Amino acid sequence: MKRYLPYLLAGTLFGFVLVKSEAASWYRIQEMFHFQSFHMFGILFSAIATGLVSTQAIRLFGRRHVSLDGQSIDIPEKPPGRKNYIYGGLTFGIGWGLIGLCPGPVFALVGTGSIGALAVLAGALHGTWLYGALKEKVPH
Amino acid sequence: MNTLIEALYAPWPWYVAGPLIGLMVPLMLFIGNRSFGISNNLRHLCAITQPRQVEVDFFKYDWKEHTWSLVFVIGTALGGFLAGVVFANPHPVALSAAALAMIHSWGFAAPSGNLVPVELFTPSVRNLTFLFAAGVLVGFGTRYAGGCTSGHAITGLSTLQLASVYAVIGIFTGGLISSWLLAPQLLQ
Repeated sequence: MKRYLPYLLAGTLFGFVLVKSEAASWYRIQEMFHFQSFHMFGILFSAIATGLVSTQAIRLFGRRHVSLDGQSIDIPEKPPGRKNYIYGGLTFGIGWGLIGLCPGPVFALVGTGSIGALAVLAGALHGTWLYGALKEKVPH
Repeated sequence: MNTLIEALYAPWPWYVAGPLIGLMVPLMLFIGNRSFGISNNLRHLCAITQPRQVEVDFFKYDWKEHTWSLVFVIGTALGGFLAGVVFANPHPVALSAAALAMIHSWGFAAPSGNLVPVELFTPSVRNLTFLFAAGVLVGFGTRYAGGCTSGHAITGLSTLQLASVYAVIGIFTGGLISSWLLAPQLLQ
């Protein structure tokens, strides 16, 4: 159990930030897609910049570095492809632009006791299952 | 001390929140050489609950190896509870004037204290059906694309992966289509 504690704490920080920054807000997502505020773009750009600098630092200096549980750190590559990323992204984006919640904020809002977010989660599980069932039939 | 407590209740500016979210990428690598991403958990939850009679291959794997990831999203929900209930912001979302005017034209009132509008999230049959249906798109799309905002836009772009560039182009295009063309019609 103890080895999972760091993940619980990291996840708690993530959920806390999603709510405090209002990235888990339908209002902020509509505002973002209509370019009416810099707020969400600021979050995304500064998050990517932070991730970029820190992972490049790990790549440059990290050869001797190991994770807390003793593994050597390597940054995994996403499988090659194009269609699945574009079509999948489009499908997800259409849902996101309507209900203003992507998967992280869904979990964060379920934590606040939102029945609506629970309905989104139930839908997302069914959508995930549908993809698993139709995987061979959709273009990749 | 008082300012610290006030900061826990207040909304956080992008330059505090963004770097903290970005730090999840090296943090997960540091904790256990893991790739930061949320939507994989939807697959794990399907793998846990799939009945034996159904047996879709995509969900036949040892989900217990991904317990760390499920623990992470339990934490995300806990963090949501702490930030949204225990340390709830007493003020409504401070939307820009342009966004306020837009949602008014869609028939939505100004934010009243919740992160999500009551017009869309009050648990009526119509709302829950709509949220479920859009959730299906989110679940299908994220697994089709192999990631969501966290796995592609944050982890993927910050580790310079072409796959994530495609995914983010798709995600943003889809979001623009639905928030400009569909939302004003469907949410009325």
